[in-house]
Parts: sequence; structure tokens; C-alpha cells
Amino acid sequence: MVTKYISSVEDDIVGVESLLERYTPNPEFLIAILQDLQAEFHYLPKQMFLLVAEKLGLPLSQVYRVATFYNAFSLEPKGKHLISICTGTACHVRGTPRIVERLQDILKIEAGQTTPDRKFTLQTVNCLGACALGPLVVIDGKYHGRMTSAKIEKALKNHEQETQ
Amino acid sequence: MNKRLSDPIQLVNLREEIIASQDPEQVCITVCCGTGCSASGAGDVMAAFEEELQKQGLEAKIATRRTGCHGFCERGPLVVIYPKKIFYQRVSVKDVPEVVTETIRKDNIIERLLYVDPTSAKKIVYEDEVPFYRYQERLIFGENGLIDPTKITDYIALGGYSALAKVISEMKSDDIISEIKRSGLRGRGGAGFPTGKKWEICRKEKGDFKYIICNGDEGDPGAFMDRSLLEGNPHSVLEGMIIGAYAIGATEGYIYIRNEYPLAVKNFSVALEQAREWGFLGHSILGSDFSFDMKLNRGAGAFVCGEETGLIASIEGRTGEPRPRPPYPAQKGLWGRPTNINNVKTWANVPLIINKGAEWYSKIGTKTSRGTMIFSLVGKINNTGLVEVPMGVKLKDMIYKIGGGIPEGKEFKAVQTGGPSGGCIPASLIDLCIDYEELTNVGSMMGSGGMIVMDENTCMVDTAKYFLSFTKEESCGKCTPCREGVDRMHHVLSEITAGRGKEGDIELLQELADYVSKASLCALGGTAPNPVLTTIRYFRDECEAHIKDKKCPAGVCKALIQYYIDPEKCNGCHLCFKSCPQGAISGELKSPHSIDQQKCSKCGVCFESCKFEAVILRR
Repeated sequence: MVTKYISSVEDDIVGVESLLERYTPNPEFLIAILQDLQAEFHYLPKQMFLLVAEKLGLPLSQVYRVATFYNAFSLEPKGKHLISICTGTACHVRGTPRIVERLQDILKIEAGQTTPDRKFTLQTVNCLGACALGPLVVIDGKYHGRMTSAKIEKALKNHEQETQ
Repeated sequence: MNKRLSDPIQLVNLREEIIASQDPEQVCITVCCGTGCSASGAGDVMAAFEEELQKQGLEAKIATRRTGCHGFCERGPLVVIYPKKIFYQRVSVKDVPEVVTETIRKDNIIERLLYVDPTSAKKIVYEDEVPFYRYQERLIFGENGLIDPTKITDYIALGGYSALAKVISEMKSDDIISEIKRSGLRGRGGAGFPTGKKWEICRKEKGDFKYIICNGDEGDPGAFMDRSLLEGNPHSVLEGMIIGAYAIGATEGYIYIRNEYPLAVKNFSVALEQAREWGFLGHSILGSDFSFDMKLNRGAGAFVCGEETGLIASIEGRTGEPRPRPPYPAQKGLWGRPTNINNVKTWANVPLIINKGAEWYSKIGTKTSRGTMIFSLVGKINNTGLVEVPMGVKLKDMIYKIGGGIPEGKEFKAVQTGGPSGGCIPASLIDLCIDYEELTNVGSMMGSGGMIVMDENTCMVDTAKYFLSFTKEESCGKCTPCREGVDRMHHVLSEITAGRGKEGDIELLQELADYVSKASLCALGGTAPNPVLTTIRYFRDECEAHIKDKKCPAGVCKALIQYYIDPEKCNGCHLCFKSCPQGAISGELKSPHSIDQQKCSKCGVCFESCKFEAVILRR
């Protein structure tokens, strides 16, 4: 599954507002609202914070603080393809670091970054809990288990071709 | 139709009705659809079965069931055919027509799909005979394979909600608490605080409004048993919580599930809806004067929220920063009211204790640690999966009898328990009996039950650094000892693994560990030094080899290793030449190649791609 992004809140202001309407204006719902926005729009553009702060009657700083505290929220749009590498302990002892380095080398970015052409985002995740398949790399939701640094480049190329 | 049950007798009748409508000889194809098997393609296998049954005109005769995790992730996708419990492993879509034609229609076993016991080389036909399961005692986890987690009637048929009916009709709050106390149940989230005592403290606290919370923010890397319970048997957790609420006098409950567990969130949400519909949640439960309801909160990806005060802050919609205790959540918890928090597994134990009694339960396990524990056995082990065993099980039995030993005949080196708060237990302690006290005595801890196995090719210094980089990332930054101390410790370890270790580094790490563990605000910082301390305690030689000899005996730390090509073994196939991303390999086709050490980035691609073991790792 390849992700599409809106370029600003104005692109889908109706979508954002209808999502906000599902909640009563209670600060308790801040995280839940941000999660829904993240799930719907895949990232949280700045203007969204203003709308959320207004909705819940919270200072903008508090919304920003929560959004930057939790890993689930992304303040930047991610690339067309999302590569997640499981860095859980089981995957680590089976050789994940070599795969991370290989991917950083192939894409010329650090883990956590997106390529300048917005094609790929490389992220590490704490544990996907599918340890039997480790080392595990997930590309756009597709699991590639028992990965090695020698196999990753081909897996990436194949995926790119399949999703073109 | 109104399904709401208005008294416990109706539940008994309902169960009898469901059982009477079931045929024990009914052939049913169950497919494990837990996250592990799903990642290996279980969803497609299930769809293929449904399609094939239809194609062969068997859909009315043969039942299918999508279950939660069975635990044996290593061999997934798993298929078990009832009533005989024929066990097929690593089943793929292309095997499906044959299974239907041969096994379902003609009762023939397909040898190819059977599990082969590596010790006896015997093919095993039935699920109960698989050694991985045979040595377990699956009291909590066993029902996962028997039920469709989205069907409350499956749970009720197996005796579900009978414990709730029992407490509502026969037991007072004090009876329940004393039963839980006598059972010896301790918190399964890690610290092992006696559950009955925790409930009693919250019960005695003044206040008309009390909360209970289920901590499903399973953050330890390599641990996924809470997820598998929430996905595979959500009603067992929910029933435990409703009983707890009744005992404590809570009217509202929360479950906090990690956002990375979408299937657990989905299945638990379905369970909540069904429980409401059938009268196990909401106003006057089972016709009694007890009312209780629940909300589900999704975590947002912060390890520190596993700490109870951090978790409470997160439910309140704030950043998940822990606060000093006391006051404890039992006194001032969610929204400043008395709150009782327990782990997923702790709650799931409750119905079992109520049904079977404290006497029965307290006979399982060791003197101080009663009952069973679910471990996730992962890493360098043949049988990766979830394992439920009585407390006090020998480490040796976990690794060899259940785990099937170390892959490729390698040597067992250590096992890491307790996640980032735990420590590494060396192979010399293989006779250790695993319970709360024994693990603490050797410098580790129970934690939530993660058990990561390491072999001779695992570097213990690198592993210690790995855990510190985890805690460094996940430290909320509120208190200085954790924020700065862990960072400094990580820096020292990074220097050591980069070949820049100095005399005195070990002592410096010990000194920093002392400050961090004593002065941190919460358990995240308080236990963060454990992986480092156990590495120093049991693997000091390995640390010193890094510092003094600039060697990594396990061959992991990049700065301390070299790859070279053995000209005797290299036949010049050119594969490494083609795959080397740095262009560091030279050589003509069919003659031995060599690596330019100046250009080599030690990525290991040549090592992994060589088919003749000609690329040698020099430690």
C-alpha cells in the first residue's frame, strides 16, 4: 500500500473538521484526536495543531508538546514508500544493525529520514513482535522476514517495481 | 433481539444451549491468525481454505475458525484440524487444495506438512505431541487455539464469564480479595507486587469513584505475549477486570493498548461491544446492583507509558511523564482518584483463580512465585514462540526441551530477561529455576516475560549498548539522572565498541550505574543500568577484550573486526565482487579474490553472499 499525502490542511479542511466533530471538547481526547488525524492524514501539518488547540481550548504549546512527545506522531510527511526495520532485541541479535546500515547506505539517508525526492522514508521501530521472522523489514506493510544485508537491496528494488 | 443476561442462571442455560448445538465430532479447520502467523501469510491461507471448501462443496459440512496466536510462531502459518487436532505447520496457499482433498475428504495425513522433532527426527501428527507444547502448562494461553476471539459465544462455551457469575452471586468484595491474596498471584507486568494486596489497598481507600486500568502498553522489545492474549482471548482479560472492579468497588475501567497492536485494539473493541450487549458490562451486570463500564485507549508509542504514573498521565491526554510516588495510584491515580493498575496477564489469571480456587492455584509454581508465566522465547533459538510454564521452570528446559536448542548447533551463551530493565544471564547459570526472586538474585528481573536467547556470535558489550540506546531514546527526559546518566553510559559503551575504550571505563560505568539507579524518578531509569551491570558481572572478560586488546570475541563490533578472503576456499565465482557496495573486492573470474581493507566498510554483504564460506571474519 503506497501512501498519498495532502500538502496542507486546506486541501481537506472538511475532512479535518468532520473528524474533530466526533469528539466532545475535552482535553482528555487530545491524544485520541491526534491519533485519528495521524491515521487519516499520515502526518500532522502545523495548521492542524491550531485547529485542535482551538477545539479543545488548550494552549497551542500543549498540543505541540504532546505531538512531539509520542513516537506515533509525525510532523513531516513521509515518503511514498515506508520502510520499517524492526530493531527489537531478537532482531538485533540476529543482525538488524547491518541491515540498517546497508539501507542507510543505499538510500543515502539516516534512519528516521525521508529521501529528498520523497520516495522513501526509513524508520526503525522498537519491536513488531513477529520475532520468528527476524530480522524483519516491513516495506509498505509487506513483511520481509529473515532479511540479510545481502538480500535487502533486491527486496527493495522488487517492491519498487511491483508498486509502480 | 435483546441478548442481555439478567441473572447468572441465564448464563448457565446459555452455555448449555451453545454446547448442545455443537457437535464434538465436527471437523473444523483452525488457522492461527495471530500477528506472527499473519506476517507469514496466514490470512491468505485462511481465505484459500474457505474458497477451496466452497469449490469442493464442503462449506456446509466443514467448519473453519480464525483463532488468535497458538504460540509456535517459528512454524507458522499453523493449521490445526479438529477434532483429531492434526497439526500442520508452515502451510502455504498452494498446500490448501491438497489438505482439503487428502486430509479432510480421505483422512490421509500429508507427511510434508508435519512437524519433525529435531531431537528424535520423528514426524509428529497431533498438536499435543509436539514437544514445544508438551512441556508447557497452558492454563492462560491454551484457550487461544480453541476460540474465535471475535465470538463471545466461543468463550462462554468454554466456561467464560462463569467466574464473574460466581463472584456476583456468591462472593463479597472481601472474599474475592482474600481469595486472590491466598492464591499468591503477583503482578505479571514485571515488579511482581502481590495482586490481592494491591487490590486491598485501593479497596480501602476512601472515595465514591474508583478506577481500574489494564496496562497493555507492552513495550519491551522481544515481548509480545500481552498482545497475543488481547488478540486471541480478549474476554479472559476483560472478565478478570470486571471481577477486579467488583472487588475494588470501581465503576469505570480503562484499557491502554499499544498503538502498534492494531489487531489487539480491534479484537478488544469487539469484546467490549459484545460484553455490553450480553450484559457483562454496563448497568446492573447480570441483573445485580453492580454497574461498571470500560473505555479503550490507544498508546501513542512511548515506552515510559508502561510506568503506571506515566500511563495515567497519557490516559488524561498529557505527555506520559512519570511523577514521584507516593502518592501511589491506589491513593491518587487517574483524575486524582483511587486507581488500580494491573498488567494484561495478571487480569487474565483472575477468572482462573476464582473458578478453580486459591488452593489449586497456589500449588502451581514455587514458594514465592505462584502460577504460570508466559514467556516469549526469541532470538537465537530454534523454536521461537510464546511459552507458558509454571514458575520455577529450569532455564535449561526452556532452552532445550521447549526451545529446541540453538540454531546451527551453535553454543548457548546467555539469555536476556526483563527487557531493557533486566539483565543477561550467562550459560553457566543454566540450572537456574526461573521465578521472581531467582531472577532478581542473579541481577536480572522477570519483567513482562521477554526471554531473548543469545549464542556465541552475540557480543555482550554490543547488547548492553543496544539496551542503553533504547532507554536513552525512551527516557522522557524529566529527571536528570536518567536523561544525562543513561546518555553518558551509552557514550562510554559506544567508545568501547568503537575500539576507543580506556582503562577505568568499567569502573566509570559502575559508578554511573549506581547514580542512575538510585537517583532516577521512575523504574525506567532505576533499572536502565541492569543490562550493563550484568554484562560486567558475567562477561567482564569480553568487556576487557574490547578495551585492552581491541578485540570483539563474538565478531560483532565493526571497528574491531575485519573480513578477508581465504584463497584456498575462494573459487573466483565473482559473487562477492558483484555484490560489494564499496567496490572493495578485486579478482579475476575463477581465481581467488581479495578485499581492499581501506575501501571495506565491513557491511558484511560479501560474508553473507559467499556460498563457499571463503569470506572469513577475523575477530
